[in-house]
Amino acid sequence: MARYAMVIDTRLCIGCGDCVIACKTENKVPDGLNRDWVLEITRGRYPDLYTEFRSERCNHCSRATCVEACPTGASHYWEDTNIVLVDPDRCTGCKACIAACPYNARFVRPEGYVSKCTFCVHRVEKGLEPACVSTCPTHCMHFGTLDDPSTEVSRLLASRKATSLMPETGNEPHVYYLS
Amino acid sequence: MIEEVLATARSNPLVDPSLTIWSWEIAIYLFLGGVTAGIMCISAMIALLNKEQQAPFAAWRLPLWAPILLSLGMTTLFLDLEHKLFVYRFYTTFQPAAPMSYGAWILIFVYPASIALILATLRQGYPLLASYVDRPRIGTWLLDWAERHRKGIALGNIPFGIALGIYTGILLSAFMARPFWNTAILGPLFLVSGLSTAAALAALLGREASERHLFTAVDVGLIITELAIIALLLISLAIGARLQLQALESIFGGPYTIAFWLWFVSLGLLVPLILEIRELGSTGKEGWVFLAPILVLVGGFLLRQIAIDIGQDTGWTHLSAQFDPSLLERLYH
Repeated sequence: MARYAMVIDTRLCIGCGDCVIACKTENKVPDGLNRDWVLEITRGRYPDLYTEFRSERCNHCSRATCVEACPTGASHYWEDTNIVLVDPDRCTGCKACIAACPYNARFVRPEGYVSKCTFCVHRVEKGLEPACVSTCPTHCMHFGTLDDPSTEVSRLLASRKATSLMPETGNEPHVYYLS
Repeated sequence: MIEEVLATARSNPLVDPSLTIWSWEIAIYLFLGGVTAGIMCISAMIALLNKEQQAPFAAWRLPLWAPILLSLGMTTLFLDLEHKLFVYRFYTTFQPAAPMSYGAWILIFVYPASIALILATLRQGYPLLASYVDRPRIGTWLLDWAERHRKGIALGNIPFGIALGIYTGILLSAFMARPFWNTAILGPLFLVSGLSTAAALAALLGREASERHLFTAVDVGLIITELAIIALLLISLAIGARLQLQALESIFGGPYTIAFWLWFVSLGLLVPLILEIRELGSTGKEGWVFLAPILVLVGGFLLRQIAIDIGQDTGWTHLSAQFDPSLLERLYH
């Protein structure tokens, strides 16, 4: 399985929300729904506080529990990669995948089928970056494959301290945060 | 101190502020699926143990209720689907890792098994209905065939009944992302609850005193078993990781404390248990014989509804606060 990853530098992220707007525009996400979002995390005790912004979305897990839970095969991996997609023509809207996602990254579209971040696979196919990555004004977001050690994401993960969200789920998430 | 706040709006309906994807529709489906599983097992056991004299209702008339109740449950399940026209997609594939796929295919076997048991008992249980089936030659052949193989059909109903009963619990157990559900104990718990509610239905609808007595005694055993499994469920959560402990807190001082302990455990299990034990000990006619089975049935539904609600309230992500778009509107007023 080829592994695509998104690497986000939380030291550069200012929480502007441009990634959210870019996603909504690129993917025509309906009003009131969001495929990505930004968290503001504050740790410590006043006055010694530490704040970081974290742009979150589907983690495109290699062992995605949402794919396993789908009774119709609508949730699937794209072309033997870790990019998780939903086929609207096979989705019954049973919502098992929503219950199965520990990141709460999925939602139901008004048409009745489940939707989520696709890593902008329609752009990746053309060799482009996801809309959120290409829009980011601080260039804190990076995208690429982990199988080639020379890619930017591989080099960043090799040289900086990085964490993924809740790896203890065993889902093998592929959105990483540099700190 | 750690505080995680949504800086931008996520607010995806059904997901935020907490997961509310399944509601009464799924609770009713799981409840009626459990009752159906119980009916299949109980009617089959009566046939296999030759207890027709003692329990004529369960032997001859109860089997008809199985596919009717299951179909009602399937209707509420259908109501819950967001993409209803694509319901046939459950049957264009089999997904070995998805419990819901097993459930969809188990139903394919449950219907013919329960209908075969109805055919084997229709002439005794519902003579008028049987006379209509008897009119075409194939109807007579079917009824004759089913009656000849009644024991074999009954034997076949038991594994499908058990599979259906366990499935209604395992469906929830399989979600690692929801700590309250993520224990295989829900499988036997929902199976025993299904058997208990089916026994209560037989005690409620059976006219013979011997039948009410039999199923009251059976139900006492099943309720005690159910209480023991609930104790195991609580122990498995109590010895789990922090997420399991947080799930347990929701019924120990948390928002579901009253619903779980007062409505489900007390009114749905303990009160009917006491009433049923009293009924078994009394020799005279009791005026409240219907109360205990009704409470058991209500308790069976409450178990599913409360389990569904708590499971969705527990998860891996805990946002302490999130952006509320209505606050922006207040700025302008």
